[in-house]
Amino acid sequence: MLTPDFGLLFWMTFSFLIVLGLLAKFGFPVITGMVNKRRDHISQSLEAAEEAARKLENVKEESLAILDEARRQQAAIIKKAMADGEQLLLNAQQKAVEETEKQLALARQRIELQKEKALGEINAQVAMLSVDIAEKVLHRQLDDKSKEEAFILQMLDETERIM
Amino acid sequence: MYICKRILISLGAVALGWLLPLCATADTYTEEEKPQISEIINEHTADSYWWHITTINGHHISVYLPVIVHSEDNGWQVFSSKHLAHGRTYKGFRIDGEGKYKGKIIYHNAAGEACRPWDISITKNALALMINSAIMLALFLSVARWYRRRPENAVPGKFVCAIEMFVMNIYDEVIRKNIGDRHQRYAPYLLTAFFFILINNVMGIIPIFPGGANTTGNIAVTCILALCTLVAVNLFGNREYWKEIFWPDVPVWLKVPIPIIPVIELFGIFTKPFALMVRLLANIFAGHTVILSLTFMIFVTVEMGVAMNVGMTAFSVILSIIMNCLELLVAYIQAYVFTMLSAVFIGLSQPSHHPKKVKA
Repeated sequence: MLTPDFGLLFWMTFSFLIVLGLLAKFGFPVITGMVNKRRDHISQSLEAAEEAARKLENVKEESLAILDEARRQQAAIIKKAMADGEQLLLNAQQKAVEETEKQLALARQRIELQKEKALGEINAQVAMLSVDIAEKVLHRQLDDKSKEEAFILQMLDETERIM
Repeated sequence: MYICKRILISLGAVALGWLLPLCATADTYTEEEKPQISEIINEHTADSYWWHITTINGHHISVYLPVIVHSEDNGWQVFSSKHLAHGRTYKGFRIDGEGKYKGKIIYHNAAGEACRPWDISITKNALALMINSAIMLALFLSVARWYRRRPENAVPGKFVCAIEMFVMNIYDEVIRKNIGDRHQRYAPYLLTAFFFILINNVMGIIPIFPGGANTTGNIAVTCILALCTLVAVNLFGNREYWKEIFWPDVPVWLKVPIPIIPVIELFGIFTKPFALMVRLLANIFAGHTVILSLTFMIFVTVEMGVAMNVGMTAFSVILSIIMNCLELLVAYIQAYVFTMLSAVFIGLSQPSHHPKKVKA
């Protein structure tokens, strides 16, 4: 039983080498090669899918960020607009006050001017009256000093009365 | 539901086994024809020039195989083993009944001594090897063809998937893990060895015609397999491997002047494949012997009375079922062990410069 038989050794070598030769060339390398290729393909696909998912996640985050930014800007714009409006109002009020003051000052100035003008006119009238008086005095040519004086006083009284 | 059905069928089979001895007891053996159990078991596990299928009413149904012999007197002779059946002599050749060449073809030379001719007959085991090789080629070449005709991302069907699972399991878990970077070169041999052993083991368990031959339980078969591993290990062994054998990293007095360790290492080259050879042979041979013995228990207990016979038959059938399941397991395990140890030995013959990088 423990002595290998020559004939069987021969046929075993024969069969085994044929099987080995055929399968080593056309059998196992094809199977293992294809399975390995498929394995690579699957792992690559998985990686690609993961990459895509990651990208999608990024896109989501980005869009959220953009939305956030937009909201912030909106708030800022509104805030600014309100502030601007207030400022504008304030400015308008200030301007109005200033304008009023300016108008008032102008009016006052004009009043002053009128007043001065009136005074001037009065003065001129006074002068004219004086001149009139003087004229009248001169026209009368009084020799009497006392009468003259009485006349002047009368004139003055008249003038005062006019005024 | 399915399992219940299965159990019922099994019980039915056991019951049927129970009835068999009742038929057998009808014609009990006489003292001379009483079966010599060990003889018959030896006959079943040994090689033979024909393939005995069954015997019906004393009529043997066998497949007679071609005998191819060469003797100095007659030259090459090819004839059917039918001519040698029942101890007949044909063209000076006959099958020796006893002695050194028991069960082998012999011829008598001029001096009248029994001699063995060059005998490359296609015996039962040789034919079984060829049938199993054909099965193996059909299986794997068809799967390989399926792959070659499809794009790389095609989805395989059930059959291709099953084969692929077996192949890739061995490829990934055994070959790549044990050999490392250069596994590509050895993968075809190791895969072939694994499936060759597995198919032969499984076919050996099947009791009827194309199966039942004790191929992997024959020393010639395991011897060739072990020789292939020996060649695979040593043919491409690198410098470090040979250095570890002839100038290993041990104290100098173990190497010079008496090279104790180198001699041991040198022996190791041969003992490793030898262990592979004997392990596979012994396991499969033992399995066949145990199953045959359990079966013969039925026939041995015939003369112990009907009750005993029926009891032992039930026992035998149940044990045989268990043993067959176990042998199926052993068929896979032994193929796996042979391949794994071959891969380990090959891995050891490729010591890496960077030992940390090897294991993945």
